[in-house]
Amino acid sequence: MQYLIIIISTIFINNIVLAKFLGICPFLGVSKNTSTAVGMGAAVVFVMTLSTIMTYLVQHYILLPLGIAYMQTVTYILVIAFLVQVVEIILKKVSPDLYQALGVYLPLITTNCTILGVAILVIQNNFNLLQSVVFAIGNSVGFTLAIALFSSIREQLDDADLPEYMEGIPAALITASILSMAFMGFAGLV
Amino acid sequence: MEQSISLKDNFLKGVIKENPVFVLLLGCCPTLGVTSSAVNGLGMGAATAFVLVMSNLAIALVKNVIPDKVRIPAFIVIIAAFVTVVQLLMAAYTPALNEQLGLFIPLIVVNCIVLGRAEAFASRNTAVASMIDGLGMGVGFTFALLLLGTIRELLGSLSVFGYKLVDADGILIFVLAPGAFITLGFIIATMKWLKNRENIKSH
Repeated sequence: MQYLIIIISTIFINNIVLAKFLGICPFLGVSKNTSTAVGMGAAVVFVMTLSTIMTYLVQHYILLPLGIAYMQTVTYILVIAFLVQVVEIILKKVSPDLYQALGVYLPLITTNCTILGVAILVIQNNFNLLQSVVFAIGNSVGFTLAIALFSSIREQLDDADLPEYMEGIPAALITASILSMAFMGFAGLV
Repeated sequence: MEQSISLKDNFLKGVIKENPVFVLLLGCCPTLGVTSSAVNGLGMGAATAFVLVMSNLAIALVKNVIPDKVRIPAFIVIIAAFVTVVQLLMAAYTPALNEQLGLFIPLIVVNCIVLGRAEAFASRNTAVASMIDGLGMGVGFTFALLLLGTIRELLGSLSVFGYKLVDADGILIFVLAPGAFITLGFIIATMKWLKNRENIKSH
């Protein structure tokens, strides 16, 4: 039950993009059409789950025993960068199909702030390992949902007749605002 | 004399012509996330500006020592080190602000403005020019955050820098998440509109 609450609250109520403002860059940058948006989302689900497990283990078995928790930011970003590289190499060997689908998005993920953000939030919330994994899955699915919805709206928006100064980013931001309002309707669900 | 003019231009380009937020659209996460009030925007801007200046300086100094292949990871480590410095300083001296900004302080590491300037400017310019570039970009970023924070605070809670102007409720939505998106959207639209008008006038 507790895990179900984490999932629902991370996907709908505290959506990582629309309520917490993490991952806005890919949200605006990679959302021009739905298939690339979903590809990016899938890559985020994959990397976020793995990186959260890794950083959790690093925090509890390396940083805390050594008393160097203040090195958190430096260590985490290195772990994430390293992990993304390894995932890229392994995917290329093991599953060329999956690599084809996710490959182009992987290098972008190192600087996607959702990954580092969730890794730090997990520690701030004092989650155990299983809760952390569920939290990471919920957040990454929430990211995918937001970017997929947003991109499908933007595809329609391309055909709309807008004043020149509203075209592109301004219209996209206002769309995001309305989407965010819609998600506020989920507040109080749990 | 020529040097000082180019330094001035170098500084001003980050503030106005290449404003990281309004023109280049970089670093949107903190821009939207922390600007529910003007003070938060100012604090976040100052923290980012510090990291920008220091990391640009450090990278410009060591750029010849770093092999080209590991340049990006090396830059990230340098940036992360300065972010840790900011984190510790803010936790010690401005605990209230630190609490408000929370997660967004460590996330300066992945702010695309910082890495972007390191890669685009500091890795191929002198130390002084890089510092000025970092300062310009930092001031531009702070200006953007301050503007957004002021507008949102004014509309959302009818106050400026925490001083209540009118004793009434504001439009609450502006301090909540949707307000951030919509305010930034209209600011960018206004900038584009002004630019279009200038172009028409000059023709």
